[in-house]
Amino acid sequence: MAAPAKTTVDDASSEGTADQRREFDRLIEADMRVEPRDWMPEAYRKTLIRQISQHAHSEIIGMQPEGNWITRAPSLKRKAILMAKVQDEAGHGLYLYSAAQTLGIDRETMFEQLITGAAKYSSIFNYTTPTWADMGSIGWLVDGAAICNQVPLCRASYGPYGRAMTRICKEESFHQRQGFEILLELMRGTDAQKAMAQESVNRWYAPALMMFGPPDEDSPNSQRSMAWKIKRFSNDDLRQRFVDMLVPQAEVLGITLPDPDLKWNEERGHYDFGPLNWDEFYEVLSGRGQANAVRVARRKQAHENGAWVREASRVYADREAAERETTQRMAS
Amino acid sequence: MNHSNHVVSTAITAESIADSSVVAPEAVAQYALGLGDDALVLAHRLGEWIANAPELEEDVALGNIGLDLLGHARSLLTYAGTAWGQSEDDLAYFRGEPEFRSRQLFEQPGGDFAATIARQLIASVYFAELYRALSLSTDPTLAAIAAKAVKEVDYHVDHSVQWLRRLGLGTDLSHERMQRGLDLMWPFVGELFQPDPFATDLDGIAVDPERLRLAFDSLVPRLIVDAGLTVPTMAAAQGGGRIGRHSEALGPMLAEMQVLARAHPGATW
Repeated sequence: MAAPAKTTVDDASSEGTADQRREFDRLIEADMRVEPRDWMPEAYRKTLIRQISQHAHSEIIGMQPEGNWITRAPSLKRKAILMAKVQDEAGHGLYLYSAAQTLGIDRETMFEQLITGAAKYSSIFNYTTPTWADMGSIGWLVDGAAICNQVPLCRASYGPYGRAMTRICKEESFHQRQGFEILLELMRGTDAQKAMAQESVNRWYAPALMMFGPPDEDSPNSQRSMAWKIKRFSNDDLRQRFVDMLVPQAEVLGITLPDPDLKWNEERGHYDFGPLNWDEFYEVLSGRGQANAVRVARRKQAHENGAWVREASRVYADREAAERETTQRMAS
Repeated sequence: MNHSNHVVSTAITAESIADSSVVAPEAVAQYALGLGDDALVLAHRLGEWIANAPELEEDVALGNIGLDLLGHARSLLTYAGTAWGQSEDDLAYFRGEPEFRSRQLFEQPGGDFAATIARQLIASVYFAELYRALSLSTDPTLAAIAAKAVKEVDYHVDHSVQWLRRLGLGTDLSHERMQRGLDLMWPFVGELFQPDPFATDLDGIAVDPERLRLAFDSLVPRLIVDAGLTVPTMAAAQGGGRIGRHSEALGPMLAEMQVLARAHPGATW
């Protein structure tokens, strides 16, 4: 594999030569992929590391609110689906950490950033999952919003990221259908099950809409990411697209979306929706959500509890490699 | 007997058994129930690791093994249930602790990663021998479930053996913990090979567990020694899982597993 871009940008000029800058601009302009061996501006590299590692962290932290129900899933089929889903999330975390590693950061450093609170992850996972219906809401609403966000990322200008996202999106859309199916089954069930589904959607709807990030006028990083073609659509555009997708699905479910202002706007060709409580968003973002501390502490604990295992693995692998080398030397 | 060939010829699943017209004979159902419980209880235990494993790769691996076992459990319980008009979920969620037939090894809490590997090594070698023998059963459904399972559990053996070596030969600490894990699980080895009270009158259909002991004894102690560890010598625990005598660990596990299903009797999910 080619040396990561870091070695280039850490050289004398992270500004690059005029030729390098021109070549980078040409790739972006032509909608071509920037690859790890290509020169890239330091800010582009940093933006990608931040975004990809945040996404990886979100997958890993996101295992917790769903992992919460693996041992209590109410049927063996649901237990199997949920185990497979949480396992997929670990797999997504792995692809994404690998993509970030091509930019010259290692996994251990990213883990450290996560467990020391230096790196962020999606705030949505700081909400808790008190009921089984939350497995449906996370699939339908949270994974649904994630897909709207992520499908355009399959075309992200950085090659390893775009390719990781292509695989992830396929699995996410499967997860969204599974979430929808959980809610559908509940809405066809007993009164208690219907109430469980509605109550859960009431809690997750607005937080899911806020997953697209602040309104465009309050999102300073978005503009540059769009210019670099890391991001392809604005937060508000994606949010609108998501709402337009949800409304007919909610009708099929027979579930009410908790927004009295939600109505079709003939003129715009879109659904209008009411204002979101951004104070809550910033509250959760700044650490005052339901489970921020718990999520990070739990990840930290798993990581620390596993340190002796990773150390044993490393010592064993080193020794095996040394023995192989000795054997080869003696044979030659 | 009413066996559809369809069930036997394609990759068998709980769904394909439920959709077929196959009905397990009473004695076969009783036998399958015990095997199903073993797989279900261990699958549940492995599910407890997800999001807690020492490496992401192990979250994936332990999840995979758990999913395979859950698949075996679902097929076996669905098949057993055909004898009584009960679903896999009726059997998994609405039987009490004394009605469970799981052998005690599978119920043991995972402890640390080394204890989980010790439990998994013993279980996987046992399952590999069991399913290899059971794939020759004259009961076509049991044979099909076992034939599918044996391919999967061979990988599980490989996974456990690799970790046994890494931990046994890794650092002093990992060596000590791996030994402790083996010591913790070893008393439950004996029960696996005790006669299964539900297998006695099923010549050619069920596998006599005593037949599997030789293969286990000729493999596992050697693996342990090769990993620089000592084969534990502690006495076998009394066992009795097949007749509803369980370790203290099963009750809390079932309480958690069954809580939601039991809060909504008759509901579908």
